[in-house]
Amino acid sequence: MPQHVRFTPRDYASPEYNDWCRGCGDYGILRALQKALADLSLPPEQVAVFGGIGCSGKTPYYLRANGIHTLHGRVLPFAAGAKLAHPALTVIAAGGDGDGLSIGAGHFVNAGRRNLDLTYLFFNNAVYGLTKGQASPTLPQGEQTRGMAAPNPQRALDPIRLALAAGYTWIGRGYAYDVDHLAHLIIRAIRHPGLAFLDIRQPCPHYDPAHDKAWYAARVKRLDDHDPCLPPGSDVSRRNALHTAIHRILDDETTLAVGVLLEDRSIAPFAEALQRLQPAWPARIPATAPIADAHGRPLARIDELLDRFTV
Amino acid sequence: MLSSVSPGSGMDGTMVNKDRCLAWRIGGPQGSGVLRMAQIFARACARGGREIYSRREYHSNITGRHSYFDVCVGSRPLFSHRESPRLLVCLDAETLARHAESVEAPGAILYADSDGDVALDALRLLDTRLRDELNRRLDTDDLPRATSGLLERAARRGIRLHPLPLRAWRARLKSEAGNRKAAQRVLNTLAVAASGRLLGLPEADLQAAVAGAFAHKPDVIDLNRAAVGLAYREFAATASPVTLPPGCDRPERLLLGGHEAVALGKLAAGLGLQTYYPISPASDESAFLEAHASVPLADGNRGGPLVLQVEDELAAVNMAAGGALTGARCATATSGPGLSLMTEGLGWAGMNEVPLVITHYQRGGPSTGMPTRTDQGDLQFVIHGGHGEFPRMVIASGDVSDAFDDALRAFDYAERYQLPVIHLLDRALTGCLQTVPRFDPSRHTIRRSKPWPGTADAGSAERFRLTGDGISPRPLPGRPGQQFWTTGVEHGIEGRVSEDPVVREQMMEKRARKLETAAREIPEREKLAVFGDPDAPLTAVTWGSTTGALREVLHDFPALRVLQLRLLWPFPDAELIERLADTDTLVVVENNYSGQLADLIAAHTGHRADHRILKYSGRPISAEALLPALQAIANGKGEARMVLRNPFE
Ligand code: SF4
Repeated sequence: MPQHVRFTPRDYASPEYNDWCRGCGDYGILRALQKALADLSLPPEQVAVFGGIGCSGKTPYYLRANGIHTLHGRVLPFAAGAKLAHPALTVIAAGGDGDGLSIGAGHFVNAGRRNLDLTYLFFNNAVYGLTKGQASPTLPQGEQTRGMAAPNPQRALDPIRLALAAGYTWIGRGYAYDVDHLAHLIIRAIRHPGLAFLDIRQPCPHYDPAHDKAWYAARVKRLDDHDPCLPPGSDVSRRNALHTAIHRILDDETTLAVGVLLEDRSIAPFAEALQRLQPAWPARIPATAPIADAHGRPLARIDELLDRFTV
Repeated sequence: MLSSVSPGSGMDGTMVNKDRCLAWRIGGPQGSGVLRMAQIFARACARGGREIYSRREYHSNITGRHSYFDVCVGSRPLFSHRESPRLLVCLDAETLARHAESVEAPGAILYADSDGDVALDALRLLDTRLRDELNRRLDTDDLPRATSGLLERAARRGIRLHPLPLRAWRARLKSEAGNRKAAQRVLNTLAVAASGRLLGLPEADLQAAVAGAFAHKPDVIDLNRAAVGLAYREFAATASPVTLPPGCDRPERLLLGGHEAVALGKLAAGLGLQTYYPISPASDESAFLEAHASVPLADGNRGGPLVLQVEDELAAVNMAAGGALTGARCATATSGPGLSLMTEGLGWAGMNEVPLVITHYQRGGPSTGMPTRTDQGDLQFVIHGGHGEFPRMVIASGDVSDAFDDALRAFDYAERYQLPVIHLLDRALTGCLQTVPRFDPSRHTIRRSKPWPGTADAGSAERFRLTGDGISPRPLPGRPGQQFWTTGVEHGIEGRVSEDPVVREQMMEKRARKLETAAREIPEREKLAVFGDPDAPLTAVTWGSTTGALREVLHDFPALRVLQLRLLWPFPDAELIERLADTDTLVVVENNYSGQLADLIAAHTGHRADHRILKYSGRPISAEALLPALQAIANGKGEARMVLRNPFE
């Protein structure tokens, strides 16, 4: 697709009827994502958006791009597989807090070990919406949503601290209804050449009316005096200092700081390690490289390998 | 009714023809070089134009526990191992204790002289059940409860005993110039070389195999070559009751195992991504792919797959499915519990019509089961596993040659019919070694998915367009006009959610239709293979590696027709109904407890097996054990359920 083609957010609008509840934070995230894709001028067929299971998992339905609705907790492996097989695609994973931190926690952590060029949009509203309001792993202890019979007995996980520990190289936090700012964060996340994690705080007005727009409005604050960058070659003390600064931002319970928290360029993209495993990758794209000649005969020549077994 | 059939017992007095192959067994503690020595011996024998079939037995353990390897050497292609070796090479006293009773006369046992009188009670890893049985036998004969007693029992059966002064030999190697560091493992080479000399294996063949095995370590080569020379000189005058069968002048053949054949097939097939989580025995295949991922291409470039170890089997299956969505050929390989974890992803691939290949190496189940032992207990699971109804294909390989062909075919089926394909193997086929004709990938024609026909425009592609054969043209991401949606939720032709009852029916029917199309299009020779006498009144049906035992037994029991099912799903019912119409007696042979194939045949063809020959000890079925069972059936003495047992495996 020629570079000069310009897109508007409408070009990413799908004909699907949107069945999210009125006032759901998901709408803001969807608008921000459409805006980001348009700003980046990414042709819809070059973008693959993977959804987990839950209200947020439906995001691919409402977006004109390759939309793949996967399994509960498995959005990251699906997305990673597509990126490995077709590294020219822009691959985005959209999943909820339960999807990522509960049933998919193993993938959440292990994805951090692979600095693959993916963007992970983490829809964080602290409830399981689609199964009627149970506590998600980000709901603080003692809180009670409309779907719960009793206050939450379990403590909450902090997705950002976990992502930091797991090794994600780009970490940001956004707010669903600050659409322009969120779009800006999504653009930076997509541009990051490694694994980007964007924790998007959003209201679920249906099951958690206590944390409504007003609640967020009183707390959300854009980060302005934080430098998230770790340039190539950064040493341990610089890394530790930045991590300490991030923890301090997270520790402040009176405000919800949104912005880019970490942009770590000191860790090599996974692609470099993969190229050592397979020198033909990514130049030879597995998804598009021919595997047979005009007669259908395999292109791979295994004669040398067969010789090793010859008797 | 249970009936026990033990190998070599000659139920009706007929003995197995003993001259067709020479069975050699080596045993010792895991991690001590048993596998390496077996590979060297097999290669040396194969060099002389001989054919090899082997089996490997080992514990789920890294060092110390008992493992053994049977190498059968023949003048013609072999498809089965033997449970009673003619020659036993013991790398420790435990091997002597475990296997001396199995050695068949005329035969010989080679062992370190220091292992010749070890109390069975001192062998800590000997299973209690086996120790009690051996002690009982020794007590009956009034012999000491020690390896010496077992050796005496063997000698009384006519087995020749060769205590080897291995430590003295090693001391001599050490004193010779340049061999000062003669390692413990050179004892293995000395023992194997002595066995080679006994059998008439030309020294040059063994020397060449040793050089090949240690090619990367020149000092090890020198030491081992010296060891071979010493043992050949020492045993030059020793007579042997058994010798190797003669070799023939043969075209080039390969000597390899099933997991290597699958890996080679995947490379030829154009594999783009293989994901895996370590599990026995499947990981051997991924390890081979990792080591040989860079492959030359006919166009002068290099290509090959990305091979990635991931965090669990959930990631493995779903990452491969995510990759397959893009048009790349993607696979994962697993065993036992790994497939249980993958079933949700399998269903997703079925629902979303994704060409995904899962190579499944069966091992003993359930649960952790017997990770390193063979079994065919997953057939019904791979056919039916997963919630809901969705199309998948299941193919099973009978030997190492099949494994290569099937690995190529699996991708073609997956792409043509846009569904997950499970390629079934079993532990017996991996880690074993078989001589097979050289693979020829150029005989294979790669078939790919029905391409998306649309021209480039800004529209979206109907991923699940309804067609007569159930197969939709396949849009791929990254191509203009082919942007599509797909979801594991029931969906309409555009791949977007629909719970409309009519759409649901259309999609269920469309997906099911693909299997009907596959059943119609796939030629019969890819569905089943027929061996033996096509007019025999007795038909044995089998699948997987047990096919080998039936092919092999035909030499001693020719009045038999063998049907090997290679396509297990869609079940080849029409072909079977036709072929079973005039059979008098139907026998089904399987490495499992219940007779899963027999149940499938009954359900799909109405033919109930007259006899099920089964084995579920975690050890493979041999021709040697099958023969008396088939003879009993032929003589009207067979029972409905016949279990093959061997307490010494
Ligand atoms: S239940 Fe909550 S998260 Fe789900 S759509 Fe409704 S408001 Fe949004």
